[in-house]
Amino acid sequence: METLTAIAGLSEFLMWARDGLAGFADWQIIVDSLPKLFRGLVRTFQLVAISLALGFVVAVPLALLRVSRNPIAWMPVYAYVYVMRGTPLLVQLYLIYYGSGQIPGIQESVFWPFLREPWYCAVLTFTLNTAAYQTEIFRGAILAVPHGEVEAAKSVGMSRSLLLRRIVLPRAFRYALPAFANEVILTLQASAIASIVTIQELTGTAEAIISNTFAFYELYITIALMYLTVTYSLVWMFRRMEHRLSGHLRDRPTIGPLARSPAQPAEAGLR
Amino acid sequence: MIDLHGYGWQMLLGLSVTVQAALCSIVLAVLLGLLAAAAKLSRWRALRAIAEAYTVSIRGVPEYVLLLLVFFGTSRVLQTIARQFGYDEYIEIPPFFAGVFAIGVVYGAFTTEVFRGAILAVPKGQIEAAKAVGMPSFLLWRRILMPQVIRYAVPGLGNVWLVLLKATALMSVVNLDELTRKAAISAGYTKEPFTFYMVAAALYLCLTIGSNLGLEALERRSSRGVRRA
Repeated sequence: METLTAIAGLSEFLMWARDGLAGFADWQIIVDSLPKLFRGLVRTFQLVAISLALGFVVAVPLALLRVSRNPIAWMPVYAYVYVMRGTPLLVQLYLIYYGSGQIPGIQESVFWPFLREPWYCAVLTFTLNTAAYQTEIFRGAILAVPHGEVEAAKSVGMSRSLLLRRIVLPRAFRYALPAFANEVILTLQASAIASIVTIQELTGTAEAIISNTFAFYELYITIALMYLTVTYSLVWMFRRMEHRLSGHLRDRPTIGPLARSPAQPAEAGLR
Repeated sequence: MIDLHGYGWQMLLGLSVTVQAALCSIVLAVLLGLLAAAAKLSRWRALRAIAEAYTVSIRGVPEYVLLLLVFFGTSRVLQTIARQFGYDEYIEIPPFFAGVFAIGVVYGAFTTEVFRGAILAVPKGQIEAAKAVGMPSFLLWRRILMPQVIRYAVPGLGNVWLVLLKATALMSVVNLDELTRKAAISAGYTKEPFTFYMVAAALYLCLTIGSNLGLEALERRSSRGVRRA
């Protein structure tokens, strides 16, 4: 008898919960739009990855110019970084997407087929923007390379380019990793505004669905959760990468296969 | 000189709205940050969990998506509530409030971390000493913690301010007549988008430079009691 009451109570609760959940959101719309949203997410990944990669290619030489002692080299880079970091990304995007057509002669130039397309405008804007932030990151990282290592490389007769390639840059990239990870996250978050110039990335896709279904909540909360998942997956990935790259800085385990057995004390001095 | 076709005043008007929106947002962000930082350091696990959930979720979602969620979502919540009371009109949140609310809530998550770090930076011995002489917690907060927390927090808050200032440009999307939207409107009338977005960018740059100067002065003032190496 008691079991029956319990089952009845449970089924009543389940129905109540189902009605509550059904009333809370239109789940069907969410489920139906998931394939489209995932396609949008792929577009977001493309935008972010391409911009970050191109930005990296621009930022490394700029960072080297930035740490130069020659004012003709570092001053223009400083100005570029200051301007890009001192103005909103949205205004930069508008300037390139809407504004570029006003430049005399550009509509006849080879750039116009690209500047006419919102996709290339967004990639260009994000690239120029992240390049400025990455320049600043790599500048700090290059300055953090211990001077003794540079001196040592010079004393064994390394040429400047070899010194850069073998000592300064590899060290700098390692130092830059945490800040670079942060920049990846920030670029991911910033990519949402590409939807304003009609790009169908994650946010743009959601907006397109909303204009048909009026399901604001459902879609915005769904994409918010998707962004959240992607962000923290990236955070976790970078943390693992850092952990792997800092193995030489950690103490050797005292137990397990990697532990140093007490029988080999001679090695101890090598640390 | 650039010809602005008489839209120069409009741009300056937009600039003033941008500054107002940014100031209101930073006040909200600082208040939320103080509350959430206090919650994060509190003894109660529930408070800590709420504050943690707040910062973690806000920092994982683009501010633009949150702004849209607040702008469209809140009006729907209000509408649903109003319908219960028999009011059936369309309710729209004024863009200024929606914008300030969204940006304030987002940057509150960042100020939380700034304040948390600043509170933890106050040497423990000082707090113990204050307790030892029998200071009540409010007095301890006012005389020992706050003066030092402000000093430690100023550089971090300055950074948040600089980022927040630029984030107000997003409010143009919910039709707030701030600098970016004024530039878009002027560009539409004059068919000179490049000119007006350049002017907008230059004005934002002026705000950034001005803020940098102001923040430097503030940092100097807030650490005037500190001996330099």
